[in-house]
Amino acid sequence: MEELMLKIDNVTKQYRLGQIGGTTLKAELQRLSAKLHKREDPYHAIGMPVQEKNEKFLALKGVSIEVKKGERVGIIGHNGAGKSTLLKLISRVTGPTSGTISLNGRVASMLEVGTGFHGELTGRENIYMNGAILGMTKKEIDSKIEQIIDFSEVRQFIDTPVKRYSSGMYVKLAFSVAAHLDSEIMIMDEVLAVGDMAFQKKCLDKMNDVSRQQGRTILYVSHNMNTIRQLCDRVVVLDKGLVIFDGGVEEGIETYLHVHDDSSVSFDFQTPERDKWKFELEMLGIDFIDRATNRIARGEDLDFVLHCKANADVRDLFFRAEVFSASGNIVGAAFSDKSIAAKKGESVDIVMTLPTEHLAPGRFFCAAVLYRGNSYGAQRFSDRVDPAFTFELQNREDDELVWLQQQWGNVRLDDIRIRDIRTMG
Amino acid sequence: MEQQFKTVITSKRKVFDLHIRETFRYRDLIFLFVKRDFTAMYKQTILGPAWAIVQPLLTTVVFTIIFGSLAKLTTADVAGNFEIPGFLFYMAGNICWAYFSGTLQATSNTFLANANTMGKVYYPRLVSPVATSISHLISFGIQLVMFFVIWLVYLLIGRTSIQVTPALLLIPLLVLQMIVLSTGFGIIISSITTKYRDLAMLVGFGLQLWHYACPVAYGLQLVPEKYLTLYMLNPVTPIITTFRYAVFGFGYFHLGYYLLSWAMSLVIFFIGLVLFSRIERNFMDTI
Repeated sequence: MEELMLKIDNVTKQYRLGQIGGTTLKAELQRLSAKLHKREDPYHAIGMPVQEKNEKFLALKGVSIEVKKGERVGIIGHNGAGKSTLLKLISRVTGPTSGTISLNGRVASMLEVGTGFHGELTGRENIYMNGAILGMTKKEIDSKIEQIIDFSEVRQFIDTPVKRYSSGMYVKLAFSVAAHLDSEIMIMDEVLAVGDMAFQKKCLDKMNDVSRQQGRTILYVSHNMNTIRQLCDRVVVLDKGLVIFDGGVEEGIETYLHVHDDSSVSFDFQTPERDKWKFELEMLGIDFIDRATNRIARGEDLDFVLHCKANADVRDLFFRAEVFSASGNIVGAAFSDKSIAAKKGESVDIVMTLPTEHLAPGRFFCAAVLYRGNSYGAQRFSDRVDPAFTFELQNREDDELVWLQQQWGNVRLDDIRIRDIRTMG
Repeated sequence: MEQQFKTVITSKRKVFDLHIRETFRYRDLIFLFVKRDFTAMYKQTILGPAWAIVQPLLTTVVFTIIFGSLAKLTTADVAGNFEIPGFLFYMAGNICWAYFSGTLQATSNTFLANANTMGKVYYPRLVSPVATSISHLISFGIQLVMFFVIWLVYLLIGRTSIQVTPALLLIPLLVLQMIVLSTGFGIIISSITTKYRDLAMLVGFGLQLWHYACPVAYGLQLVPEKYLTLYMLNPVTPIITTFRYAVFGFGYFHLGYYLLSWAMSLVIFFIGLVLFSRIERNFMDTI
C-alpha cells in the first residue's frame, strides 16, 4: 500500500450566517434584553426578512479525500464551492466542525504570498522570518538561504527593507522561500496569479521538480486551468461543499467547466416564494422567444417575454435590465424605451428585445427591475428580481478573435475604423 | 492496515491541550518575532534602543517633581525613620509598572494585530504573546541596568538608608511573576476581544486607572490602615512593594500577601492559557 500523506475523512465546516455575536458587548446585551422582552432585535436591518435563529451555512458538507505521497492534486470549483475553506482546514488556520483531517508531515501553506513579511525588515531577514512562520528552523534556513536568494532573482536588493521592493520582487522572494521548504505537503492558493510570465514558468518547473524528485505532495487551488494542466496529475472538483469529481485532470476540468451549465430559456420567479409584500406590478417569469438554449451569438438580439400580474392600477412604469458578468461585476444596464400601464387584476405579457451588440462574449446574469420615475428624477422600485435571467454570448461564426474577459472586460466597443494608411518613404 | 499519522486534526478539543511543546519547537520563530519587534520599533529613530531609557527617565523626573516636590506625597512604604531617595523610589515603581502595563497591553492585542498572518498560516498562536512579552522584557532589562547604575551611585555617595541585603535575590522571582501576571491578563483579554471589541477599548483606559491603584506614585503609608487588606488584593501591589524592599533593603514585605499575589498570577495565567487554546482554533471565523 502506498503511503498516504493526507486523509480527509468526512469533514464538515459550518459557519453561522448573519450576525456572528455582537461586535460589541453592548450590542450583545441589548440584543439579549430585546429577546427577553420579546421586542424586535435592535440590530436587525429594517425591511430584511427575520432570520431564523441559528441559521447555519455549511461550507463543506462531508468531504473525504485521500492523497498519496508525491501526488499533485489540483482543487477546482466555482466561487463558494469550498476550496479555500478546505485549504484553511488543512493548513490549520481554522478547525473543522466535524470529521478528521490526518496529516503525515509538515504542511507549508502559501495561501497568499508574502504572509508575514514585514516592511521594515530586509529581504534576508524576511526570508528567515517567513521560513520560521512556515515551520522551518533557523538551521534549515541557513543551509538554504543561498539557494533561496539565487532563485528569487533579487540578490541585488536582498539587504534592502522589503517596503522598498516592487510587488513583483516581493512575490518572487516570497515564493522562493516557500518553494525551498522541506515540508512534505505544500498547499497553494493561486500563488502564481502574480509575477511575470517567465518567473511563473520557473516556479511551475521548480514545483514539478521537487514533487517528482523528492516525492512531495502538492495541493494546488486555481482558477487557471492551464497551470492545473501543467502541474497536477489529479483533480478534485468541489461544488457547494461536496466533492463531485475526483480523478484525471482533463476529465476533471471538463466536469468543472460544465458544473453550472444551465442553458434554460425559461425563468420562473415564483418559486421559491418571494417576499410577502405586494408589488404593484409583480413579475412572474421570463421566457426567451424562439430559442432552444440561452447561448446566443454575439450581437444577436435577445427577444423575451416578461409575464406580469398587476396588483394595483399602474401606469408610467419602466423596465430595466441590469447586466452582471459571470464574476459578479456590474457591466451595464439597459432601459425600456416605452412605459408600461396595467389595470388591477390584469395579467400582462410584455414582449421585449434586448440588443447585445455592445457585450463581449461570455456569460451574463441579469437583474430585472420594474421602476417608476418621479418628477424629481428619483426612482422607485415596483419590483426587482436578481438574478432574473442568464445568457451566454458566444463568438460569431466569422469571429477570429477569442475574447479575453480578464484583460478586455465585458464590453466590446465599436470597432476602430482605420480611415487611411499612409506609407512614407 | 491502519496507517499512523503524525498530525490529526479533529473537531474535538481537549481542555488542557495548551500546545506548550509545540510552541517550544517554534522557538526560532519566537526569537525572530522578538527581533522583528525590536527592529521595527527603533528603525528610523535617532536614539534607537536608548528610547527604552529615555521614557522611564523622563517619567521619573516628572513624578519626582509633581508627586514628590509639589504634592509631597509620602514615599514611605513602612513607618520609620528611613532616608529614601525620591528619584530612585519613583523609578523603581515606574519601570515595574511600565513592563507590566506594556506587556499586558501588547499581548491583549495578539489576535487582532496578527489576524492577517494567522488567517493564512498555522503556527502555535502562543508564539505571538510569548514573543511580545520577551521583547518587552528586553526593554525592561535595559531599564533595570540603568536603575542599578543610579542605585549604585546613591549607594556609593551614601546619606541614604539603602542597604544591600539578601532580599536582592528576590528580583528574578519578581520579574518572573510580572511576566506571568501580565501575559496571563493579556491573553485572557486577547481571547475575549476576538468576539467583543469593547475590551480592547477598556485596556488602555483601565490600565490608567489601575496605575492609581498601585503604589507607584506614592508610598504604601498613604493607604489608610483599614483599607490595606483590600488594597493588597491588587496582585501588582505586592510585586512593586517587594521590588522596592529588595532593592532598598528595607520597606514593606508581607509574605502572606506576596504568596497570595503569586497564587493569583498563576491562576490568571492558567485561565489565560486555557481560554487562549480554546479560542485559537476557530477565532478566524469570528474576528
